Amino acid sequence: MRKSNSINWTKKDLLDLENLSKEEIELILQTAASFKEISTREVKKVPALRGKTVVNLFYEPSTRTRISFEVAAKRLSADVINISTETSSVRKGETLIDTGKNIEALKVDIIIMRHNYSGAAVMLARQLKASVVNAGDGWHEHPTQALLDMFTLREKLGRLEGLNVSIVGDIAHSRVARSNIWGLTKLGAHVTVCAPKILIPPSIEQTGVRVTHNIEEALAGADAINVLRMQFERDSAKSFPSQLEYFKTFGITKERLKSAKKDIIVMHPGPINRGIEMSSDVADGENSVILEQVTNGIAVRMAVLFLVAQANDYIKTKK
Amino acid sequence: MKLIIKNGHVISPADNLNDICDVAVQDNKILKIGKNLKEIADNTIDAKDKIVMPGIIDMHTHLREPGREDKETVSSGTLAALVGGVTTVVSMPNTLIPIDSIENIKLLKGIIEKRAQANVFICAAITKDRAGRELTNIAKFKKEGVVAISDDGASVDNAEVMLKALKKAKDAKLVVICHSEDKFLSANGVVNLGFTSTKMGLRGISKESEYKRVKRDIDLAEKINASLHITHVSCLESVEIIAKAKKKGIAVTADTAPHYFALSEEAVWGYDPNLKMNPPLRTKDDVLAIREALKQGTIDAIASDHAPHTENEKGIEFERAEFGVIGLETELSSAITYLVEGKILDMVELVKKMTINPAKILGINRGTLSPGRPADIIVVSKDKEWVVKKDSFHSKSKNSAFLGKTLKGVVECTILGGKIAYVNSHR
Repeated sequence: MRKSNSINWTKKDLLDLENLSKEEIELILQTAASFKEISTREVKKVPALRGKTVVNLFYEPSTRTRISFEVAAKRLSADVINISTETSSVRKGETLIDTGKNIEALKVDIIIMRHNYSGAAVMLARQLKASVVNAGDGWHEHPTQALLDMFTLREKLGRLEGLNVSIVGDIAHSRVARSNIWGLTKLGAHVTVCAPKILIPPSIEQTGVRVTHNIEEALAGADAINVLRMQFERDSAKSFPSQLEYFKTFGITKERLKSAKKDIIVMHPGPINRGIEMSSDVADGENSVILEQVTNGIAVRMAVLFLVAQANDYIKTKK
Repeated sequence: MKLIIKNGHVISPADNLNDICDVAVQDNKILKIGKNLKEIADNTIDAKDKIVMPGIIDMHTHLREPGREDKETVSSGTLAALVGGVTTVVSMPNTLIPIDSIENIKLLKGIIEKRAQANVFICAAITKDRAGRELTNIAKFKKEGVVAISDDGASVDNAEVMLKALKKAKDAKLVVICHSEDKFLSANGVVNLGFTSTKMGLRGISKESEYKRVKRDIDLAEKINASLHITHVSCLESVEIIAKAKKKGIAVTADTAPHYFALSEEAVWGYDPNLKMNPPLRTKDDVLAIREALKQGTIDAIASDHAPHTENEKGIEFERAEFGVIGLETELSSAITYLVEGKILDMVELVKKMTINPAKILGINRGTLSPGRPADIIVVSKDKEWVVKKDSFHSKSKNSAFLGKTLKGVVECTILGGKIAYVNSHR
């Protein structure tokens, strides 16, 4: 299945991209490439995780990430259980660790967790023998989103090294931005982050990115632009006066794209606020790869589930 | 009842002692110090190859009683103190029942009289409920045995109220201990603002929130010629402001806690709530500045800010976990490990910062080995190593920032008021 790659995946969890090596990230992307074809088959299923149980533990509402993980797990023949906080004893005040240990006691192999607190997945993984896959923790990281963004980029442009990628939007409160920054810089891309000053977190340059507050500057010479969702219903709201104001100064429009490379790739992690981060004609236009990202998300998540399960099997047999 | 500690390396900066000699104790007081004392004693402690020094005075601890006896009690906290070589603690007033009235001071005094295993001095609140609005009955506190006032955990935001407090404290001859933090600037942060808060995806606590308030507090003290003490100094800018004020002759003193000279912000990157405290761990440059300030004397004292919390309050998501770490049982070892071994301070300087300096700041008759003074003495194996583990602790809580670390320096024996109160058998 894997091509000329000497490195093995040895981690039971996927928690972040910051602490992965370039080789580990490449391994995930390569594994994803080999899984992508499965979703094009008439029978979209392989037995790789047959007999494994996967739990989607979501402390925040999410549709696309949860479904993407569910589809990925099912195409690998795993059994999937969805738990959302509305229906669980979390509401009765159970701690995260207790919830995790109870799920583990059901002999679950992988817990996929979305949590509103930064670091929650790291904490859970430390306490459990089961694998933990971070599906987004607070403002910290959303590793599989960044991996699918990178996968899509590489598929489109053939490489990541040397690419100019601009990330536009609420960088301060974005886990998608953080994971993309770590992943892309490790693989040799040049990353620019663009946002109003108040939405750029302090010392972000220390991650190796360039900072601009000017959208034209972010677009100039960019091979790709990753447009983040402005969460006006949440954190972004406190920092910016109005949605219209944001669209005027930072929104991606056909007009603005004229100054960019003709074949610039436009990405968005979804769900899109049409008319806030980008206009509809861009979202649906020829530069947009937004729906391909969704498709690739399945292959990337299949790869992640497969690799952590395999590594954990190995860890358990060694003990 | 006579006790002799023989052949130890006696260090007591207040008495200009730094030599191998014997210490004789009669009843609860120091009798005499000299070479080869020929006194006949009821009890002899062999301190060969060990350091003999005054018991540590920790001017910033949280004993949690009355109100949160699940975290710590006066009894368990003072036992932890003895194990750490601390014979005197100052208990901060931010207990569940705040120490903000004569009535509550009396309540705490009653508990201390019954159950304390070491000396406990009381720091009372500056304002009612530590809310920063209405002053407490500061003028009457001294008579109740209170040594200091503080709204620790909070700063008095209203400058006018703070000024009045400084004035009343001056008249009453009480030390004002400032937890200098502008909560509007620290804005619900949980780690140091900067690269750490950015990469962890957490709200940051700026250094401004600390040093701007340090500056304000010092300015207020200067205005009316009052003295004040800044506690748990964590950053370079605060150090510079304090150094400048001292140069100008303002009566300001300061302490820092071991985690601020031992650990920098990188330590918290793994989201371990046992490294979450307020102020937060700062940058490497700040740690160097704190060490330099200890060396230069800008920071006068080391205090633990012993802040016990239960596992239920610490073993949760980082953002929700309580601020604070325990420190009574590790403060001497961490100071020896990071400051003496790290060639920042020699033992004499270190002993000063943990004994006579805090005694002077608080105006208490301790921290020396002068004949006639209370016989609070500890015997220390300076070079003995131990690994900090959860079960090392006598405190009710285990939330140490040094868990897993190997530290140097073991307290072998703690003598409190002439009596052997603790003998090491496990380290």
